[in-house]
Amino acid sequence: MTIANAAAKTMTQTWQTLCTRADLVPYSGVAAWVETPEGPAQVAIFYLPGHAQELYAIDHHDPFSNANVIARGIVGDLKGQPVVASPIYKQHFRLEDGQCLEDESVALRTWKVSFKGDEVWIEA
Amino acid sequence: MNTPVKPQLIVIGNGMVGHHLVEQLVEQGALERYAVTVFGEERHLAYDRVHLSEYFSGRDADSLALSTTDYYAEHGIELRLGEAVFAIDRNAGEVVTDQDRYPYDRLVLATGSYPFVPPIPGNDREGCLVYRTLEDLDAIREAAESAATGVVVGGGLLGLEAANALRGLNLDTAVVEFAPRLMPMQVDTEGGELLREKIEALGVQVLTGRATQEIVDGERSRHRMVFQDEKVLETDLIVFSAGIRPRDELARDCGLEIGERGGVVIDDNCLTSDPAILAVGEVALWNNSIFGLVAPGYQMAKVAAATLLEGDEAFKGADMSTKLKLMGVDVGSIGDAHGDRTPGARQFRFLDPLKQQYRKLVVSSDGKRLVGAMLVGDNSYYDTLLQYYANRIELPEDPASLILPAGSGAAPALGPDALPETATICSCHNVTKADVCASIDGGAVDLGAVKGATKASTGCGGCAALLKTLVDHELESRGVEVDKSICEHFHYTRQELYDIVRVEGIKTFSELMEKHGSKVGHGLGCDICKPAVASILASCFNEPITDAAHIPLQDTNDTFMANMQKNGTYSVVPRIAGGEITPDKLVVLGQVAQKYELYTKITGGQRIDLFGARLEDLPAIWGELIEAGFETGHAYGKSTRTVKSCVGSTWCRYGVQDSVGMAIRLEDRYKGLRAPHKLKFAVSGCTRECAEAQSKDVGVIATENGWNLYVCGNGGMRPRHAELFATDLSDEELFRYIDRFLMFYIRTADRLQRTSVWRENLEGGLDYLKEVILEDSLGIGEELERQMQAVVDTYECEWANAISDPEKLKRFRSFVNDARPDPDIIYTTERGQLRPA
Repeated sequence: MTIANAAAKTMTQTWQTLCTRADLVPYSGVAAWVETPEGPAQVAIFYLPGHAQELYAIDHHDPFSNANVIARGIVGDLKGQPVVASPIYKQHFRLEDGQCLEDESVALRTWKVSFKGDEVWIEA
Repeated sequence: MNTPVKPQLIVIGNGMVGHHLVEQLVEQGALERYAVTVFGEERHLAYDRVHLSEYFSGRDADSLALSTTDYYAEHGIELRLGEAVFAIDRNAGEVVTDQDRYPYDRLVLATGSYPFVPPIPGNDREGCLVYRTLEDLDAIREAAESAATGVVVGGGLLGLEAANALRGLNLDTAVVEFAPRLMPMQVDTEGGELLREKIEALGVQVLTGRATQEIVDGERSRHRMVFQDEKVLETDLIVFSAGIRPRDELARDCGLEIGERGGVVIDDNCLTSDPAILAVGEVALWNNSIFGLVAPGYQMAKVAAATLLEGDEAFKGADMSTKLKLMGVDVGSIGDAHGDRTPGARQFRFLDPLKQQYRKLVVSSDGKRLVGAMLVGDNSYYDTLLQYYANRIELPEDPASLILPAGSGAAPALGPDALPETATICSCHNVTKADVCASIDGGAVDLGAVKGATKASTGCGGCAALLKTLVDHELESRGVEVDKSICEHFHYTRQELYDIVRVEGIKTFSELMEKHGSKVGHGLGCDICKPAVASILASCFNEPITDAAHIPLQDTNDTFMANMQKNGTYSVVPRIAGGEITPDKLVVLGQVAQKYELYTKITGGQRIDLFGARLEDLPAIWGELIEAGFETGHAYGKSTRTVKSCVGSTWCRYGVQDSVGMAIRLEDRYKGLRAPHKLKFAVSGCTRECAEAQSKDVGVIATENGWNLYVCGNGGMRPRHAELFATDLSDEELFRYIDRFLMFYIRTADRLQRTSVWRENLEGGLDYLKEVILEDSLGIGEELERQMQAVVDTYECEWANAISDPEKLKRFRSFVNDARPDPDIIYTTERGQLRPA
């Protein structure tokens, strides 16, 4: 199972607003739609207030179950790396780069995301 | 050309020892050598006679069975039940039954014993019975139906078991013993007196020093027993339990050597005077002794199997030390407990008439070795004393310290390093300290691995505490630090975290992390520790799991209070307490399912599961359910699930109590209780057990007098029968013990550990659990009840709480920036309902 994430980066990416800080759930995730050059995608946004990096955007699609559920996983850190555990079969994905810790060949797409004031912006 | 035919091996008898022999034959590979045929006179396959009395408290023949006919069939063993052998023709080499003659090359007698009925005129009157087989118990049960009183003749181990059984059948019960005290083999005068007091306190009349002269027609009851002093006792039912006699008539008739007082004489290899024939168990006489316990019988079975394979194992006699719990009274006996077989032996005695405890030590004349011991009232001293005795460990300077109450200058329990290498740790599987050490050196790094490698503590479990101490000690001395941390974020076990949270009153995950976290990573925790701490916080303080501080800790099921299915949708299970539901509510469930296009299915816990609910529909679905009077069913939580029930006395012809009413009360009390794992309950209205309570964490079965409580059962991957915990409880007692039991489990279990596994790992086993819960041996009973009451008092339907809070409902949006549903959820139709495509 391989998830390609190289193609998107070669195309034109733009920053777009996604939602507001009030839409987020501290230390947990929410799902959102984002427009990408390939069409609309479901993204999971994780919010870790007080941490060096407060926001992460990662694919909402779980490649192991083929369900769109990643935003509903538990956030944690394993060996110092922030991760989310899939709520279905419990694989861990690194928030930083989407790498699956249980299966080297699987990685989720990730996006750059940041606050502008109270708005959440994403580059896609 | 002839096919080589295997020699025929016939086993006569399919009791506990006869069956163990078969297992040994299988294990030692004898089936490659022999064609095996087993004859059993009873129609039942070998069953557990040691726990026979439980037949009256709810266990049936199947659950007492030691094996299955499949086991015999799988191994190609011919099992002929209900076919009694009535002769052995040694000249022809054949055994004779009423159906046929069967040739043998080797023969094993495992015919056991029969109950001795004293030669008293009138002993064959109707209603004069014995206590040995399931048929005997059926006869006793039948006779008890028309009886008000019952007498057991014989005050030994089996006699007291029988008395307890009669008591359980609601008979006014008496025990008549010929000797001047109860259990004359195991205890002395002081011990016997204490035992009498304790047993009389249970409402059983005890008559000692009475020889029955005859049994005649009674005036007020069916029988009148006349004693040597011409005093009389009237009763409706008499059970003889005055010892056992070997069933040696087959051997006697075919001329094998028989002991003076019966029993087939065997040598160290279990061979009789005819080397083609062996004998094992209670029919065998070794060194002039019959061994009326199961453990020596098992040893003989092992030796006999080896002998049949030309091995050279020898039976070397058996230690008859034993600890028992009779009618709730501890009795222990070690070695020469009376001190009458050891010249010059000296005795120490301790008697506490208030606590009703008695202990005696018999030591060698030089005071250095323990040669015997006797315990009444408290068997916690048994293990240490047995080690001193069995391993001939030198006694402390003041031997009396071994039997003094703890805290009064008592000697500490024997440490594992004091045991010699040859010390037997597990007598069921004959595992020594050296075996345990060898398994550790061979790579076993924890208790479970040692158990797997040596089988130690997988029999009766009596050595569990000793084994654990030994394993911990040996691991430690090898420099192995056993890491029991729950995960990398906390260097604590779940039990330790529970205590920290309780004692320090810590109410949030972040506070716990700040004060006690391991400070690795970002302090975020992980999917192991977060739900575990969430569960602990809920068990202790019961704040809504949807509160902002708790929401990031929960698994998705708890977060959205529904069960996630494989396509990311959820199933919804409203509470239907006891499985009782009104037609109006049934209609509402149907309407909700139609409206939100949900697949419906009846669950194993007597509820209705609505599948396929989209995340964003959950609040609306629950709005309608709550409106109709439903509340959340916690099917998503590691928490109380359901209390299943049969319809009980309100409708059923056989029901003796209102099982549905009790189920609803139980479910109402424990709903919402979060625990290390899910909890399932059931209540049956009579012993027919239609609610399958014996497969639940907490099972309740109605009796004529109240409720029998079973604990620690489960279905699932590794089913486990629940164990009988307490009998004939009133409603108040039932709730009190369940309160304590559940809170003790919540306090001490590991994360995601069901009650069954918790119970199997509990040091001290069921007896210990009974002491803690029923006798309050730790003095925490009230505290546990208080903690449970706090959970009950703070119960709130989580869904009702959530839908009244717009902030919480925000969580149920499919997407924060779009109201479109997830287009990847696609359904197809099957059998008239939707299912994931």
